[in-house]
Amino acid sequence: MNQNLGFNPPRVLLAKLGLDGHDRGVKVIARALRDAGMEVVYLGMRVTADQVAAAAAQEDVDVVGISILSGAHMRLMPRMVDALQRHGLRGDADDNVMLLVGGTIPDGDVEPLRQIGVDGVFPVGTFTGEMIDFIHNSLSIDGRGSG
Amino acid sequence: MSSNRNHDNPRTLSGLPIDPLYSPEQLATTGFDPTADLGPPGQFPFTRGAYPTMYRGRLWTRRQIAGFGTARATNERYRFLLAHGQTGLSTDFDHPTLTGYDSDHELAEGEVGRLGVAIDTAADMGELFDGIPLEQASVSLTINHPAIVLLAMFLHNAERRGTPWAALRGTVQNDSLKEFHGQKTFALPPAPALRLTTDVVEFCTKHVPNWYTVSISGYHTREAGSDAVQELAFTVAQGMAYVESAQRRGLAVDQFASRLSHFFGVHNDFFEEIAKFRAARRMWARLMCDRYGATRPESMRMRFHTQTLGSTLVRQDPLNNILRGGLQALAAVLGGTQSLHVSGYDEAYDIPSEEAMRISLATQMILAHESGVSATPDPLGGSAYLETLTNQLEEAAMAYIERIDNMGNGSMLDGMLEAIGSGYIESEIAQASYRYQQRVESGDYTIVGVNDEYSDDATNAGSLELFEFDYAEEERQIERLTTVRQSRSEADAAATLRDIVQTARADGNLMPPILTAVAAGVTEGEIMGALRDQWGEYVDPGVF
Repeated sequence: MNQNLGFNPPRVLLAKLGLDGHDRGVKVIARALRDAGMEVVYLGMRVTADQVAAAAAQEDVDVVGISILSGAHMRLMPRMVDALQRHGLRGDADDNVMLLVGGTIPDGDVEPLRQIGVDGVFPVGTFTGEMIDFIHNSLSIDGRGSG
Repeated sequence: MSSNRNHDNPRTLSGLPIDPLYSPEQLATTGFDPTADLGPPGQFPFTRGAYPTMYRGRLWTRRQIAGFGTARATNERYRFLLAHGQTGLSTDFDHPTLTGYDSDHELAEGEVGRLGVAIDTAADMGELFDGIPLEQASVSLTINHPAIVLLAMFLHNAERRGTPWAALRGTVQNDSLKEFHGQKTFALPPAPALRLTTDVVEFCTKHVPNWYTVSISGYHTREAGSDAVQELAFTVAQGMAYVESAQRRGLAVDQFASRLSHFFGVHNDFFEEIAKFRAARRMWARLMCDRYGATRPESMRMRFHTQTLGSTLVRQDPLNNILRGGLQALAAVLGGTQSLHVSGYDEAYDIPSEEAMRISLATQMILAHESGVSATPDPLGGSAYLETLTNQLEEAAMAYIERIDNMGNGSMLDGMLEAIGSGYIESEIAQASYRYQQRVESGDYTIVGVNDEYSDDATNAGSLELFEFDYAEEERQIERLTTVRQSRSEADAAATLRDIVQTARADGNLMPPILTAVAAGVTEGEIMGALRDQWGEYVDPGVF
């Protein structure tokens, strides 16, 4: 899994957890990442953490990006970390899928999200360019992706 | 003096070109006819306003939407708003309620009461409006696919309180089609959802005569990333589908059309937004008259609510959002809105604090009382720039409507089902949304504090006192739900659900059996679950 050591473009899975319907941001990001040369799978909305983790394993992705504008991120992101662990996508430092979250996230929640294992937190208004750079830089440090 | 990047290639936010100068002479050469294109305020085609005297006769309704936690918590916020100058109520429901799930459903975790109030049963609805005079404060229920269930709960409580249905004034959003490209809180596939919308129209026309049966909405379409032209086009297109659906049901247009209302967002481009509202009134009047054969002026008169768009609020220097909201609100007022919500300046962080809502209400009162803009209807009418923009917006929106009409071979009802089913509308919106994002990221469109030369100095929330959500509300709500389930007759509950399913199969109006069910303590999730079992679920195609 994630033996993406060569020059393959990063594979990114995007999804919205829970019942939240605000999907403008995640779709803009999906398009921007695709235009930046990444392979993007948009799993859609109303999915559970388990469904996301299962799809991430099946699609063999490098990055899982979760969009939450319902304010439920502090409840749902720990579930997401657990689900990735259960599917064997987190835990071994060399083989971790990168986990990102974006949405209506107050400043005070950014550090607690990092503490539970979220690699990148992108509040509303973040430019897609910043997110693209973050993914490229993080994957190249890990020796994964095209860098 | 700094350069004005927004004016290097002048066009509106929808991309309409802007000439260096507009003049009355130039406007006259375009075939503009003040008699046919404007008319007096309050008369066909209503371009200058829905009513002859507009705010001189009656100010717009200050209607700040609110909803969070349990019904008890939201009831307290309503009392706060009414005590601070609010003149109408509007209810935001949480995601589980909007999508037709009870608070104890697996998918509801973390979202119960989070972005709106949690309503599972008629008892919750009773508590929501406890102590609020339903005959005086007009109430707006912002709910769509489960609208019939929530309205049934509301009507049940009115009956219990001894308020005749004919005395109720209010609105249920009930705009099922915009759920598929706008708000995305759908519960059912398009065709059955449209049937429920029409059931509400039919029932209220006969039994709740002063109720607004659909609030045909563009706000969420705009929040989903559309531009002003698309917001205008798709909103009017949705309305046309509802009119045709009610006509197919055997209702005459003059019986129900005056109880349809509209709801728009308002964005940053000041003149384009004013033009959008004026074009909307004119388009609706012409379509209702020419295409649907309405004869009563009330059937052609578009009335609408406006909300300043939450997506225009930025995290950087959040106090600047107060001015953005003020300018957007001014555009809505100059466009002739009937009611207004000014979004809270702190909403890029969380749902608004009480302080933010107090400032939103003050913004409205400053416009109403201090600015003088309410003294005469349509004060900008006749402006060469504004009239040109109004014409351009109408023309561009009508081109969309023709395309959709063709998809339905002359039926907008069939055309909208096709345009939704094929992903056409969603794809158009996704493209506009991406174009806007690219303009912002490239600096082609300047947003102060975000991408201007001083953005590095911008500060974040800092000392803002943000709304604090109490997660214990979720547990309290689940306890309430459990209590209702335990205290009802299971046999009665099951019988009413069977009745609902039978009526659904027999193509009857579902309001009567749903009224019986909510009175028997049946929950929203159980009713919507029975309908989902019958009609299936909708899976968002996720076009980007």
